[in-house]
Amino acid sequence: MSFTNKNHNAENLSSFESKNSSLRKIFIVIFILLLVMAVSLPWWGGRSDMRLVSEFCYYLVLAQLWNLIAGYGGLVSIGQHAFVGLGGYAFFIFTVYLGVHPLAAILLSGVFALIFAIPSAYLLFRLYGAYFAVGTWVLAEVYRLGFAQVTTMGGGSGMSLPINIIKKLGDSKFDREMLLYFISLILALSVIASIYFVLRSSWGLALTAIRDSETAAESLGVKKRLIKYSVYLFAAFGAGMAGSIIYLNKLRISPDSAFSVSDWTVNIIFIVVIGGLGTLEGPIIGALIFFLLREILADFGSIYMIFLGIVAVIVMLKFPKGIWGFISSYFNIEIFPVRRKLLISKKGT
Amino acid sequence: MSWIDAILQGTLLGGQYALFAAGLSLIFGVMRLVNIAHGDLIVLSAFIALVCVESLNLHPLLSIFIVCPIMFCFGYALQKVILNQILGKDILPVILVTFGISIIIQNVLFEIFSADSQRLLSGELDTLSLKLSDTLSIGWLPLIAFLASIAVITSLQFFFYKTKTGMVFRATSDNSEVVELMGVNRNHVFALAMGVALAVAALAAIFMGMRTNFDPSVGPARLIYAFEAVIIGGLGSLWGTLAGGIIIGVSQAIGANINPGWQVLSGHLVFLFILAIKPNGLFPKTKD
Repeated sequence: MSFTNKNHNAENLSSFESKNSSLRKIFIVIFILLLVMAVSLPWWGGRSDMRLVSEFCYYLVLAQLWNLIAGYGGLVSIGQHAFVGLGGYAFFIFTVYLGVHPLAAILLSGVFALIFAIPSAYLLFRLYGAYFAVGTWVLAEVYRLGFAQVTTMGGGSGMSLPINIIKKLGDSKFDREMLLYFISLILALSVIASIYFVLRSSWGLALTAIRDSETAAESLGVKKRLIKYSVYLFAAFGAGMAGSIIYLNKLRISPDSAFSVSDWTVNIIFIVVIGGLGTLEGPIIGALIFFLLREILADFGSIYMIFLGIVAVIVMLKFPKGIWGFISSYFNIEIFPVRRKLLISKKGT
Repeated sequence: MSWIDAILQGTLLGGQYALFAAGLSLIFGVMRLVNIAHGDLIVLSAFIALVCVESLNLHPLLSIFIVCPIMFCFGYALQKVILNQILGKDILPVILVTFGISIIIQNVLFEIFSADSQRLLSGELDTLSLKLSDTLSIGWLPLIAFLASIAVITSLQFFFYKTKTGMVFRATSDNSEVVELMGVNRNHVFALAMGVALAVAALAAIFMGMRTNFDPSVGPARLIYAFEAVIIGGLGSLWGTLAGGIIIGVSQAIGANINPGWQVLSGHLVFLFILAIKPNGLFPKTKD
C-alpha cells in the first residue's frame, strides 16, 4: 500500500499492511510453492518423506499453539506435554476400549484434552509467572504418573494399537499412509489459519494487550479471564488432537513418551525461540531449522541436543526475537500480518 | 508403627529436598530467577564429586571441599556471563535460557559418563544406622543429610540477617534498582548469590550421590521437588523452604506406604492442593 492510499483514510489509524510488499510477495510465492509440494507429495515422494512431513506438521502445530499462549498470551507454560499425552491416551481409550472410529477419535481426543484443561486452568490461573510455569509442569507430571497407574492400559510400560483399528483407516498400506499424511497436513493448516484469524480479530488485540500489561488491559475493559481461558483451552484442544495423531502414527504409547517434557515441550520451545517468538512465521522457520539440523546431525545423537541447546541460548541472548524477528525487522516485512501498526496521516504535507 | 516410620523417613527425605531447594530459594528470593537448570546443576556437581572420589580416592564427604568451591566459581561465572544479560521483568527469556542450559548439561554428561547409574560410595556410612526402638531405626546418612540441611539453612539465615553482604542481598531482593543508586554493583551481587546457591547445590548433590543412584537424566525430577519446596514455603523464606521440603518428603513417604506407585504422585498432589488454597505458599516473606 502506498502513502497516497493511506491519505484517503486518515481516520483509520490502525492497519495490518506491511511496507515491503514486493518482498512479501516473494515469500508468499515460496509459501504457496511449498504448500503445493506438500499437497502433491504422496504422488511423487517416498514413504519416508511423507512420514517426515507429517512429523513436521505436528511439531509445527505444537509450536504454533505454544507460541499462541506464551508469545501472544504471555502464559509461559512448560507443561504443554500434558495435553499431548492426554490426547494420545484418549485416542487409545476411544478406539481400543470404546470402539470409536479412529477419525472421530482424533476429534474426541482434542475434546478430552480440553475437558482436562478446564480444571487445570482453574488451578493454574491462580498462579503468576514462575509459579504458573512450574505449576504447569507439575500438573503434567501428575497426569503422567496417573496414567502409569492404570494397569488396564499397560501401566508404566504402555500399550500398542491393535492392527484391526489401523485397518479401519483404509484397505491398503498406501491408502492408510496417505490418509494419515493428509490428516497431519490439514491439522497444521487449520491450526495456523485459525490462529491467524483469531490474531487479526479484536481477540488478538486483547490477547497481546494482556501479554503487555494485564492491569492496563483489564482497566480498558478487556475480559482477561475469558480470553486467557479461551486461548489456553484452544491450545489444549489442538495439542490433544496433535497427540492423538502422533500416537496413531507411532502405534504405541507409554506414559514416559506421551508425557515427555523433552519431546513435546523442550523441543517445541526451542523451535519457537529459534524461529521467533510472537510471530506466526517464526514457528514455521524454527520447525524447518529444527528438522534440517536433525536430518544433518541425526547420527550424532546427544551432540544434536547439545548443539540445539547452544543455538537456542545464543539466539535468546543475541537475537531475542528469533530468526524471523531479525529478518522481519531488517526487511520490514510480515508474511502473515497480525500486528497492528499506527499509520500517521501525511495529509497536508 | 509403619506410619511413624514413614513420617520419620519422610522428614529425613524432606531434609534432603530442602537442601536441593535452599539454593533455588536463595536465587529465586534475591533475583526472581527461575533456574530450570538447577536440578541438572545438582547432577553435574554429583558427577564432579564422582570424578574426585574415583581419581583422588577421597571419601565423598571430603570431596565437599573441592566440589563446593568449583560450583561456586561456576555459578558466579554463569550468572556474570550469561544470566545477568537476560534478567528483567519478563521471565520468559530466563526460563528459555536455563532450559537450554539444562539440556546442554544433561547431554554433555550423557556423552561423557553414558546413561549408567552411578553412586558415591561412602564405605561403612552406607549401612550404619541408629536404633531408636526395636522396630524403628534411622540411617546415619539420611540423618547427617538432614542435619546438614538445617545447618545450611541456619547459616544462610545468619548470613542474610546478620552480615552486611546479607543485607545487600535482601535490599536487592526488595528493589534492585534503588540498590544500584546506593552504589551497589547489582551484577556482582547476583553473581555472588548464584555462586552461593550452586555451592549449596553441590553439597546437596554429594548427599544425594551417597544416598541414591544417579544418572544424567535425574536432574528435572530434583528440580521439581526443589521447586515444590520453595513454592510451598513461600518466596524468600528459607525456613519455609525447609518446611516445604519436609511436607513433600512426608507426603511422598506416606503415599509410598499406601502404594509404592503413589510415592511421587502424592507429593505432587499435596503441592497442588497447597497451591490451590494458598497460591503464595505458606510463609511468604517478600512480595513478588
